[in-house]
Amino acid sequence: MDSLQQRSSTVQEPPGAARAYRPTPPPAWRPRTDPAPLLPDAEPLRVLGTDAVADADPELLRRLYRELVRGRRYNAQATALTKQGRLAVYPSTTGQEASEVAAALALEERDWLFPSYRDTLAAVARGLDPVQALTLLRGDWHTGYDPREHRIAPLSTPLATQLPHAVGLAHAARLKGDDVVALAMVGDGGTSEGDFHEALNFAAVWQAPVVFLVQNNGFAISVPLAKQTAAPSLAHKAVGYGMPGRLVDGNDAVAVHQVLGEAVARARRGGGPTLVEAVTYRIDAHTNADDATRYRGDTEVEAWRAHDPILILERELTERGILDEDGRRAAAEEAETMAARLRERMNADPVLDPMDLFAHVYAEKTAQLREQAAQLRAELDAESEAG
Amino acid sequence: MTTHATARPAAKTAAKPATMAQALQRAMRDAMAEDPSVHVMGEDVGTLGGVFRITDGLAKEFGEDRCTDTPLAEAGILGTAVGMAMYGLRPVVEMQFDAFAYPAFEQLISHVSRMRNRTRGAMPMPIVVRVPYGGGIGGVEHHSDSSEAYYMATPGLHVVTPATVEDAYGLLRAAIASDDPVVFLEPKRLYWSKADWSPEAPAAVEPIGKAVVRRRGTSATLITYGPSLPVCLEAAEAAQAEGWDLEVVDLRSLVPFDDETVAASVKRTGRAVVVHESTGFAGPGAEIAARVTERCFHHLEAPVLRVAGFDIPYPPPMLERHHLPGVDRVLDAVARLQWEAGR
Ligand SMILES: Cc1ncc(C[n+]2csc(CCOP(=O)(O)OP(=O)(O)O)c2C)c(N)n1
Repeated sequence: MDSLQQRSSTVQEPPGAARAYRPTPPPAWRPRTDPAPLLPDAEPLRVLGTDAVADADPELLRRLYRELVRGRRYNAQATALTKQGRLAVYPSTTGQEASEVAAALALEERDWLFPSYRDTLAAVARGLDPVQALTLLRGDWHTGYDPREHRIAPLSTPLATQLPHAVGLAHAARLKGDDVVALAMVGDGGTSEGDFHEALNFAAVWQAPVVFLVQNNGFAISVPLAKQTAAPSLAHKAVGYGMPGRLVDGNDAVAVHQVLGEAVARARRGGGPTLVEAVTYRIDAHTNADDATRYRGDTEVEAWRAHDPILILERELTERGILDEDGRRAAAEEAETMAARLRERMNADPVLDPMDLFAHVYAEKTAQLREQAAQLRAELDAESEAG
Repeated sequence: MTTHATARPAAKTAAKPATMAQALQRAMRDAMAEDPSVHVMGEDVGTLGGVFRITDGLAKEFGEDRCTDTPLAEAGILGTAVGMAMYGLRPVVEMQFDAFAYPAFEQLISHVSRMRNRTRGAMPMPIVVRVPYGGGIGGVEHHSDSSEAYYMATPGLHVVTPATVEDAYGLLRAAIASDDPVVFLEPKRLYWSKADWSPEAPAAVEPIGKAVVRRRGTSATLITYGPSLPVCLEAAEAAQAEGWDLEVVDLRSLVPFDDETVAASVKRTGRAVVVHESTGFAGPGAEIAARVTERCFHHLEAPVLRVAGFDIPYPPPMLERHHLPGVDRVLDAVARLQWEAGR
């Protein structure tokens, strides 16, 4: 303490005295990255409505369209199932189909997807059985599917907690010499959680092959983005960790596919992580249990409806002659078939065995669990005897 | 800072049905009106009034500085509450659901619970952490946990849980008034339970740490709290047919624990069952059974039994009825109290 005071007093100069002493700058102790190339553009990238569409593969464009239409139908069907009591809850992605679908399609088969609880659609677009994707929300099992089958981690209900997992998996893959990329999805609200920041930092320090996709849909339940962050954009957050941030129109499927494609390619060739913010909008309420009229007005929703991801893609592809009446009808029919099948399968009661409560708590049941299983068995037997 | 102390007219209104949710809201409202240092904060507590509407109207009445929608970060919410408390405010923090309080454990265990101790009493932590907890509402994963054992195992925290509309008001008022941190566990499946209640019975502010006998009986004591109280009261009614006259003790406060009320009851009845929906192994019942045995050994006609949730992750909604201890399981345990040595 004393020596510190002494030292500072030798540095202090009387007011007005000529400054004989100029502190030297501290030695540089690490190279600094120029933040400029890391910074996102001021405006979200758009491809639809620009000449760049002409460069896109028409087959990909049609595929995106079909998947979007199917996704919209899936959202509508799942919402209807909630109303019928077939699902405990459904967080809809109506209006967000472009980023959900483009995210899934940006990955190769060997890559991994780390979805948040809202991202059933990304999981389905990646090939997960639509019914399996709804197990968690129907309430017959938590997750239920084998993540390794489609390389889809469990839909994570706690927010942002799956992001460090994505970093760890990508890191492990690289250690093993596999060119596998992990795509981790999170909402705008989730970017406030500590896990988001820790994941980004690890990813950048390890140069892990991860892409973080933030779907900024305007709200975390009732809380608008302005109360969530003071950053110019969520993509800006990347810079502080030393990774590039990219801003994209989340309703422009082609733009999202392009930006994610670039980020995935970059990660795959050892270029490290990227943070992508897709600017989109949550058309429906947070879930069926939420009353959105409490925190937002219709005008805002209507403005976003005009920028609907399916609408803008359909218009553009039709104008360019990439999509015709037959193509539109085929997509709608495909979606309808999927919905009918989903309805049918979801309307059958799942066959549940209460004894499964004890099935997968440990690899081998503890003595206590065996005892509790016997208790439940006896209760169930008594119940069925009683009729 | 403006004072809202005079905001509420003290008009007498007759008792009418109120829900536990309304009583909790009223407790915060009254506390905020009386004491400008009381601040409510959490995810969606402002405009929306919380996902369970427990903070409904507080932002409107007291402004966003007193009832604040925070960024979505539980560690941040509780961590900033620590700083606010250090500067003389009394934060009432809402964790949206039981399992979403886990990111805040670091702050709770490393700072909130031990600040008084580490500062030789100089720095109290008058923070209330409100946590909706427990199952029975068909919630998906991470929406039905009973975490009370974790909190109970942390010295420095009070752990309180109301089971009635009156207690919801009385205990929350007491928790906000407490100079020590209180983990206030709200049994979410009782949020919509009703009672005839008159809000100006703040006479009913309950001191933290007192259990209450909800039903008098002579043959055995059911020791319970929170969401399991209605189950035990129902079981006690049903047991009458079997000739069992059960006493039901509602703990209300898990820490501090009211040894006196509990032991007095068990000494009268000679038998006890602890009932809760949290897991049994190393759960709250383990502590309670041990304490009862230590104090009532010579009065006991049978070992203290526990009826608890299974030792599994809280199951999905479609299976939760098999997990939650219901009336039948309580009655089975009561039957086993006819203990024969050597069985
Ligand atoms: C750790 C944690 N805290 C709180 C919640 C409760 N919760 C579920 S969704 C949600 C809002 C999420 O908003 P955002 O991240 O923007 O994603 P969106 O729902 O908009 O897709 C909240 C607060 C949670 N699931 N996990």
